[in-house]
Amino acid sequence: MEKKLGVFVCWCGSNIAGSIDVDLAVAEAAKLDGVVHAENYMYMCSDPGQQLVKDTISEKGLDGVVVACCSPRMHENTFRKAAGAVGLNSYLLEIANIREQCSWVHQNNKPLATAKAVSIIEGTLDKVKENLPLETITIDLTKRVCVVGGGIAGIMSALDLANADYDVAIIEREPAIGGHMAQISQTFPYFHNILELLQKKIDEVKAHPRIKLYLNSEVEVLDGYVGNFNVTIKTRPAFVDPAKCTACGKCLEVCPVSVADEFNRGLSQRGAIFRYNQTEGARIPVLEQRDCLHFVDVEDVEMDAGAGEKCTACVDVCPENAIDLGTIRTFNEEFVGAIVMATGYDLYSPAKMPEYGAGKLPDVIDALAFERLLDPTGPTKGQVLRPSDGQVPKKVVFIQCVGSRDPERHKAYCSRACCMYTAKQARLYRQQVEDGTAFISYMDIRSDSRDFEEFVQQGMEEENLVYIRGRVAKVIQEDGFLRVFTTDTLSSRQLEIEADLVVLAMAMEPKAGIRDLAKKMNVTIDGDAFLSETHIKLYPVESSTKGVYLAGCGQSPKDITDTVSQALATAGKIQTMFSNETLIADPLIAEVKNDVCSGCGICIDICPYGARLMNDFTRITDVNQAVCQGCGACIAACPNKACELINSTSRQFIRMIGDFAGKAEAV
Amino acid sequence: MSENLLQKVMAESDQPINLCYQCKKCSVGCPMIDEFDFPPNMVMRMIQLGMKDELLKSKAIWMCVSCETCGSRCPNEIRIAPIMDSLRAQCLNEGVTPADPVTVALHSSFINSIKTFGRIHEATMLMAYKWKSKNFTSDLDVGLKLFLKGKIPLLPKKSKNMAKIKEIFKEAGK
Amino acid sequence: MATTYSYYPGCTSHSTAIEYIEASLAVIDALGIGLNELPDWCCCGAASAHNLSTSLALGLSAFNLAEAHKTGRDLVIPCAGCYGNLAQADHVMRHDEKERQRFEKQFDFNYDGQVKMLSLVDLLAREELRPAIKDLVKKPLKGLKVVCYYGCAIVRPGAITGVDDTENPRRIDKMMADLGAEVIDWSCKVDCCGADLGLTDAEKTAELVNKIVDYAVAAEADCLVTSCALCEANIDIRQQRLPILYFTEMMAEAFQIGDRQRWWKKHFNDPSKLF
Repeated sequence: MEKKLGVFVCWCGSNIAGSIDVDLAVAEAAKLDGVVHAENYMYMCSDPGQQLVKDTISEKGLDGVVVACCSPRMHENTFRKAAGAVGLNSYLLEIANIREQCSWVHQNNKPLATAKAVSIIEGTLDKVKENLPLETITIDLTKRVCVVGGGIAGIMSALDLANADYDVAIIEREPAIGGHMAQISQTFPYFHNILELLQKKIDEVKAHPRIKLYLNSEVEVLDGYVGNFNVTIKTRPAFVDPAKCTACGKCLEVCPVSVADEFNRGLSQRGAIFRYNQTEGARIPVLEQRDCLHFVDVEDVEMDAGAGEKCTACVDVCPENAIDLGTIRTFNEEFVGAIVMATGYDLYSPAKMPEYGAGKLPDVIDALAFERLLDPTGPTKGQVLRPSDGQVPKKVVFIQCVGSRDPERHKAYCSRACCMYTAKQARLYRQQVEDGTAFISYMDIRSDSRDFEEFVQQGMEEENLVYIRGRVAKVIQEDGFLRVFTTDTLSSRQLEIEADLVVLAMAMEPKAGIRDLAKKMNVTIDGDAFLSETHIKLYPVESSTKGVYLAGCGQSPKDITDTVSQALATAGKIQTMFSNETLIADPLIAEVKNDVCSGCGICIDICPYGARLMNDFTRITDVNQAVCQGCGACIAACPNKACELINSTSRQFIRMIGDFAGKAEAV
Repeated sequence: MSENLLQKVMAESDQPINLCYQCKKCSVGCPMIDEFDFPPNMVMRMIQLGMKDELLKSKAIWMCVSCETCGSRCPNEIRIAPIMDSLRAQCLNEGVTPADPVTVALHSSFINSIKTFGRIHEATMLMAYKWKSKNFTSDLDVGLKLFLKGKIPLLPKKSKNMAKIKEIFKEAGK
Repeated sequence: MATTYSYYPGCTSHSTAIEYIEASLAVIDALGIGLNELPDWCCCGAASAHNLSTSLALGLSAFNLAEAHKTGRDLVIPCAGCYGNLAQADHVMRHDEKERQRFEKQFDFNYDGQVKMLSLVDLLAREELRPAIKDLVKKPLKGLKVVCYYGCAIVRPGAITGVDDTENPRRIDKMMADLGAEVIDWSCKVDCCGADLGLTDAEKTAELVNKIVDYAVAAEADCLVTSCALCEANIDIRQQRLPILYFTEMMAEAFQIGDRQRWWKKHFNDPSKLF
């Protein structure tokens, strides 16, 4: 049945009418096949303009409409909504772009521009003729959330969501939540005690009936799509039963193993069974399988006398029988509608900067190690002491931008938090060591948030921090001190500083293993392996996969303030999504001609969203309607032309091209 | 590096030199900048880094005329004039040869006049200055012109309490 | 209006700034303001004392502060350089307890912070004096185009002088407008003339002076009006393009008082043709 078509040509003031003869265009359009109505109007997107379209659809009983105006990005929704309001299926209205693609680029030849506009209208009419009326797709929504990462980002996001009465599962790789924040002593710019702040939030998480904690755990497999994710979680054995353990600490004393404590950045030693950190939640010891003599070949490990093959010292001493070395890993599944990726950061390895001697010279440490020295619950009880001899360092050189802003050799980006935490560390050091001197080697001082600049200035004024602009060349060990070779570019002088301690503000990089995890979660990463947001300005916490959100340093280096802001934003976005009972998706997606598809599977590999799946029963591929974004990659890739985009079929496009090309020949 | 230069100059001048962040506003507004071997912002940096020897030998410390333009524009309210005073005093006290002996000669002639009369007596002061600076030709006509206009009296006027004035000089070690 | 102030003449009152002092005293007398010269005073140290020794500079100024405090009256200081030194010493005593106690003992006086240091502009540009000044104008300076030049010492640093707009002071401008002169806004109001460099580096001083005069001439000024004796000397002596006048000389001319013809002869660029 022939559709009754209407054409509405917009002047867009003089934007279109200035270079296109809109009266002639209407006259020509009226002559085209199927067109029962054509007219023009000064601003079709205005309320009277939209009313004109609506009234005409109703009066003339139109069942296909072309609005010739600006780009569909501007007003396609406007006019489709107008058409829908008077009962015409929205997908039977199309935009013919005669502004960006015609009037604006052909301002000096009105007859030819008009002819081109008419052919664009004609092509669009031909498309509308074959357009199908469509309905939006409805997707089920599971109102539960999985948060990957139990640092401050994951904690804050989880708490907000749980307080909004949604179930949340936190998956944390380490034996305790808190992340790097638990390693840090005080905040900038107000010197708040971090352990106090963090402990409160950790307690809230633990006490929250809506939050389930998976410690020692990682995402093993992710299936599903927005609203309907299925997360398989692998949990390593903890070996200590928290229900029985009284945290008496006897096992810690008998463990024959002594290895560097990661949490204290190697400034102290720990056993294979140990307390992970100083937060309340970590009082119950954990056993690290890879360090435990029970699990390794004895000959490979240096060990104390008395530890035999298959060491069970901790098990034997435990008065509560709380340790079971036979525990095995477990798998759990969580069905959720949304996921928060709060995967955090690692410090770039100081070993990659051999010119500064880190790893080789004991008194060259990284910034997190310095935080451990400042922490009253840390290995030195908060005293800043040199690792080599336990003396109070009188001259400390803090080096900023170590690994950051070093595009050819290390990382091109700025790690953002280092200027401020270095100022904080130097100030705390000077507050503790009154006759000490703190030098800060810097490239620029980036203090771009509230009270940040004041914080740095105050450090110069009150703690006499000596800022030296320039990059340190190298650090060498001399008898009893470190010699730091640097420059002051402000005075163009070479300087040598005899320092007692050197602190490296290492670049932040995404957590180890993020590439594999990103692949599992089907989210894209950038060149530095930071998780990519959809749009840096307008969709800053949305990942490339619908329903997966980003918070914290996994997305880019940032301080606690920005991390928490982002975490709360993800919670807000998810609550908005959960405010509906179901999800709605655009029906302009791919479909498969079942009788043509050979089941070769090329579309499955090509699909960037994982929307194409092999149907094990029919042996041809399906389109997951909830996941497909209508990008068209499978259409181009299909060797059998078995895929089509609904309402943008090859047939429709070939006809449109024919319309344009035919006109072009006539010209 | 002289470790206590910064503290010493900060104490003597009562200026927060440690706050200088090198915006260079002082130097771009300085009327004497062409005469300085180190611009004022560099003088601040050199104090921060303890470059005492170079500073005390510099011409910059003698070329500042204390116009206070820099001090009134500094975003950290650092007045450079009193800082220069402190450096000049250190230069003289530590026996460093001043980079601009003519200026020192002028100021010495001035304060000698004050030491003698309690006030300036231009005629004797100018003669002393010319003698000290061994500079008999340059700008001699300024004094001469002023004299011809009747602006340089021949007889000096004295303060009454010269004993107190001598005491001030003694306390200042001059 | 009939307040009496203490008065610190400064060394140049008898020499290079003699016409300034005579004109100023005439104007102050006409306004009915009383001045008592300090019973004893010494040189403030000029530009030299602080160059050689901060404590010498402070000591000399403190001597005079002590004398002023003994009179209990605010101190009027016509010379800009002397004003700068005494105001600086006053600032130190106000804020540095230790120095204050040292000088109180040395000069046997009690510093109570009640005696204010006033430049001549501070004294004469007060709002409440404006009607009296306007009343005294006998011959308005109509048609005379002037630029006002403040220099350094009575303006900077603002924290000491109390001048709130150190880049564009307007007090002398206002006074000149009240006398009927056409005041031209220009760019070098607070530029440095070279100060004591006039005696050691003639070339540099000439460069600075010529820049100031260039701008004044470009602004089509008939004369430049100042309140600083050192500026007047530096600028007047080094160029032949523009008469340089003290602001109190302008007031005396408008009031038609004092021995003006004698003062004009003290200038290197004869101002008599202006009137």
